Amino acid sequence: MLSEIQKKMLRELTGRSEFGDGAFNIRANGCSAGRHSTKGIRIEPKPNGAGLDVYIEPGLRDDNVSIPVVMTESGLKEEVYNDFHVGEGAVVTITAGCGIHNCGREDSQHDGIHRFFIGRGSRVKYVEKHIGEGDGAGRRILNPVTEVYQEEDSVLEMEMTQIRGVDETERTTKAALKAGARLAVRERLMTGARERAVSHYAVTLDGAGAVADIVSRGVARGDSVQTLDLKIVGNAPCRGHTECDSIIMDRGHIVAVPTLEAADIDAQLVHEAAIGKIAGDQLDKLMSLGLTAAEAEARIIEGFLS
Amino acid sequence: MIQIRNLAYTAKTDEGEREILRGIDLDIPDGRLIVVTGPNGGGKSTLARLVAGIAKPSGGSIVFDGRDITGASITERARLGIGFAFQQPVRFKGLKVMDLLAIAAGRTLAKSEACDYLVSVGLCANDYLQREVNSSLSGGELKRIEIATVIAKASKVSIFDEPEAGIDLWSFQSLIDTFRNMRRTIANSSIVIISHQERILAIADEIVVIKDGLIARHGPKAAILPSLIGTSMAAPGCPKFGRGDVPVITEGKIHA
Ligand SMILES: Nc1ncnc2c1ncn2[C@@H]1O[C@H](COP(=O)(O)OP(=O)(O)O)[C@@H](O)[C@H]1O
Ligand SMILES: [Mg+2]
Repeated sequence: MLSEIQKKMLRELTGRSEFGDGAFNIRANGCSAGRHSTKGIRIEPKPNGAGLDVYIEPGLRDDNVSIPVVMTESGLKEEVYNDFHVGEGAVVTITAGCGIHNCGREDSQHDGIHRFFIGRGSRVKYVEKHIGEGDGAGRRILNPVTEVYQEEDSVLEMEMTQIRGVDETERTTKAALKAGARLAVRERLMTGARERAVSHYAVTLDGAGAVADIVSRGVARGDSVQTLDLKIVGNAPCRGHTECDSIIMDRGHIVAVPTLEAADIDAQLVHEAAIGKIAGDQLDKLMSLGLTAAEAEARIIEGFLS
Repeated sequence: MIQIRNLAYTAKTDEGEREILRGIDLDIPDGRLIVVTGPNGGGKSTLARLVAGIAKPSGGSIVFDGRDITGASITERARLGIGFAFQQPVRFKGLKVMDLLAIAAGRTLAKSEACDYLVSVGLCANDYLQREVNSSLSGGELKRIEIATVIAKASKVSIFDEPEAGIDLWSFQSLIDTFRNMRRTIANSSIVIISHQERILAIADEIVVIKDGLIARHGPKAAILPSLIGTSMAAPGCPKFGRGDVPVITEGKIHA
């Protein structure tokens, strides 16, 4: 049985309160709290119990699968290996994410290692949210590793959001794209208090016409520290764009490390990075429409991270 | 009614202090449409920013409906009923046109209401409501959205700083109709428009000419407008570069 706290976090992670007869797997405090496969999407536990294989049938149209994780027990530490096998030409939305509610004194940690094998011509949307809550002294730690292998002409859109309460996170995302494949990443990161967040991206464009667009927006408040390390390698005629846009507040600290590497004369790679506080005239404008300074700031951040 | 008394603004620059406004006395009575004009750099925008609370005066006072607001915050003034369309509108990553209009109106807006505001500034609403107010908008589009937010706010006193910039001739008439409409729909409201445009001067009740941080002339339109035009006609040489006491109108535009 799921607790109310777990149900609330699941709703926040997946945007739904029940999964009906769709494909899903819910992991709660290290155990499966519900799993369902469908005709087109098969979810199988790995033999050692440390994760799942998710098989998405070739040609599947417009289906979705959710595999949220919730942890409410203080002191739990786990490493989970999930592999997604997306068949050729499938169109699918995958929702993942982890919510940690830690009221205890010990650290809770979830390290999800996700591999995506994205079949030729398929279109995948991946939505991942990370949330931390609870007022215990124990820290909430998430270290996701994502590996992406995109076959020819496949499309992957990734939305990754972490907007509160995760004390420590080191996120590593690697992707290799074959000819004509497209990858779009939208990362949203907000840290506060003494939180630490590191996000590494290493995207390799190996085939002609491969395209990657990685946009990371971050807000660092309190005494938090963010490091964004975005790298694109172009090994073929390809296009790569990374953008790292951060708002710094209070005593926040932000490091942006862009790397572009080209090994083909027709590789076009662009990086944009900006760090700055909220512009004074943005506050002035919203205040002149009747918002207080605090309301104006909240709206600006909400918009920026939307 | 806004009463501005001996209002001064001194800016700190690299070369020391600089007097931008040197004692402005001006009443903005209820129900009036006042156009403020004058050469660039004269202090028009500074005056508007002081009234909106975006800059703090170094001397003098501002009283709004009997209440001294000289020290009031931007928010307080906005809530009391002052609206201000910036000369240089602000961009926001992630905020949509619809969001800004709703913030301005202070409530959720039906799509049709939001559309009406955009149409009144000459924008085809369906194309814009869900657009982000970011650098993908042109200067002219941004300027119209800025004006639309102040119209949506429906303030007792609305100040528009050079609303004509970036507005094409076709939309110009609808903009003028919009100002006229505002006067009718908001009871006792007054409108202040900073402008160089003859067609905007033509709808004024009063005209104020600001030059070198002081009010150079102020009076009913009938008393001021002919002299603005008259001087330009009498000015020798190229009127664009004339250094007369007052602005100069050429082809409907006034130049310093
Ligand atoms: N904060 C400031 N610091 C320095 N100079 C300023 C400041 N604000 C305005 N000014 C100067 O004051 C003069 C008047 O500016 P402004 O009010 O924008 O004039 P206008 O709107 O009439 O063109 C200009 O020369 C401008 O550069
Ligand atoms: Mg100005």
